[in-house]
Amino acid sequence: MSSASATSVAVPPRSDTSRTPSMMPLLAPAVGVLLIWSIVPLVMTVWFSFKNYNLMDPTVSGWAGIDNYSYLITDPDFWVSLLNTLVLVGSVLVITVVGGTLLAVLFDQNFPGQGVARLLAIAPFFVMPTVAALIWKNLMMHPIYGVLGSVARGLGMTPIDWFADYPMVSVIIIVSWEWLPFALLILLTAVQSLDREQLEAARMDGAGAFAQFFYITLPHLRRAISVVVMIETIFLLTIFAEIFVTTAGGPGNATTNLAFLIYARALLQFDVGGASAGGIVAILLANIVAFFLVRSVARNLEV
Amino acid sequence: MKDSAAKRIFITILGWLVALLLAFPIIWMVMTSFKTETDAISTPPLFVWHPTVASYAEVQERANYFSFALNSILISVGGSLLALAFSVPAAYAMAFHPTPRTRSTLLWMLSTKMLPPVGVLVPIYLLFSSLNILDTRGGLIIVYALMNLPIVVWMLFTFFKEVPREILEAGRMDGAGVWNEMRYLLMPLTLPGIASTGLLSLILCWNEAFWSLNLTSSAAAPLTTFIASFSSPEGLFFAKLSAASTIAVAPILIFGWLSQRQLVRGMTFGAVK
Repeated sequence: MSSASATSVAVPPRSDTSRTPSMMPLLAPAVGVLLIWSIVPLVMTVWFSFKNYNLMDPTVSGWAGIDNYSYLITDPDFWVSLLNTLVLVGSVLVITVVGGTLLAVLFDQNFPGQGVARLLAIAPFFVMPTVAALIWKNLMMHPIYGVLGSVARGLGMTPIDWFADYPMVSVIIIVSWEWLPFALLILLTAVQSLDREQLEAARMDGAGAFAQFFYITLPHLRRAISVVVMIETIFLLTIFAEIFVTTAGGPGNATTNLAFLIYARALLQFDVGGASAGGIVAILLANIVAFFLVRSVARNLEV
Repeated sequence: MKDSAAKRIFITILGWLVALLLAFPIIWMVMTSFKTETDAISTPPLFVWHPTVASYAEVQERANYFSFALNSILISVGGSLLALAFSVPAAYAMAFHPTPRTRSTLLWMLSTKMLPPVGVLVPIYLLFSSLNILDTRGGLIIVYALMNLPIVVWMLFTFFKEVPREILEAGRMDGAGVWNEMRYLLMPLTLPGIASTGLLSLILCWNEAFWSLNLTSSAAAPLTTFIASFSSPEGLFFAKLSAASTIAVAPILIFGWLSQRQLVRGMTFGAVK
């Protein structure tokens, strides 16, 4: 319909428009603002990371050299936060990729109400992080009033005080719940593009369900899995809201990841220099992953 | 035959079990929102109770819920429209008039998305503070537009690439200039793609909780920040938390369900088809 109406519209000839006009006026605004957005704050972070700068204490000033960095790497909290970051990212990746792959194969099958079931399964991805974290912390994991506590009592076990005894596990559960649907959604799309005749041929040749999965489905998913891993890593490296509303990094520093450490340094201790040095570490970490992600996307890009 | 029937029943049960388990916290949240505070913390949990909408009314009374909701709407819509305003021309230029540099421009845009927000928290916070735009809707709109710009450009680019070249050629034969081509040929053809890109951007803005928590406190605070205020330990109001959360999540959940296909495309930069 739209093409019919488009062709029937009388378009007045424009003699003043060149046939190969420059595209710069169209491209420049987007490139310009992105350039500013990506370079100015980055340069400022680098700059601050070499300065003595405290928002509450004007006597702290001047160049710090590499003091912020040397202070950072001798600070045990930093290494704990780095380890926590890696534990969080690693655990969530394993849970969501393994779980997502299995669920993708499951939801690829035909069963009654499959469409509705799939909508239910992907719903958690659309829940805002602060809601997800607080619902889990209170309605699910609260040792007295939470559903999990009641289930434990029903089974004759002692309810677990999740955030006191297993704070990192609790955060991992919440974040995995948010990202499992993402992995499922991406991997399901990939599974559905699998050549059915290939599976049929394998079945004819006597391949069982496991052989089909490991020799056909899984290799087919390799690319999608790597994309899921990279995109999740970018987001998971800077998980913040879930920690902010549940544990505030604690108890102690048990759930302080790099993002929360930087936030605490900057906006709770007002140490701009130290926080910026931490920011640079976060950027470096993300760049390692980003390099592979951009390369992988580039391979598929047709211009 | 027998085997496949058993398998089918097994898969049906398993599929539904998994789906209900994953959705359970959301279902339970909605159920709790219709309870009184006493019913909400009853042990064992109540599956049958006398439903009430009292919590919804109380949320509004206590915290002026609608001002937060309005902030969420204005900031998400504003951020998405601003991102589209910058992206549509750029994606048009790259999709229909590619140059040797287009490929690297696209990849560079993608790479800017890889900059972790926490890495630039300090300068953005200080800039906002010195410009006096901390806790303003305008400030957050700018951040959200820039944050989503690469994803929006990429999604539009992939949609624009699908427009058949023949139609554009025909338009050019008839002497349509760039602007007429855009107005009469491209807009009608690409509007669905632009709409679903805007929808994805809306979802991402609505649920964003790093910048909103750090750059807003009250005046411009969207729902993500409002819900975070329930984290204080003295206020264990399960029913009110659930009611506030339910209204915060409901519209975006529906949008999300409608746009799941586009979401895959947008969030993977076209790497998964």
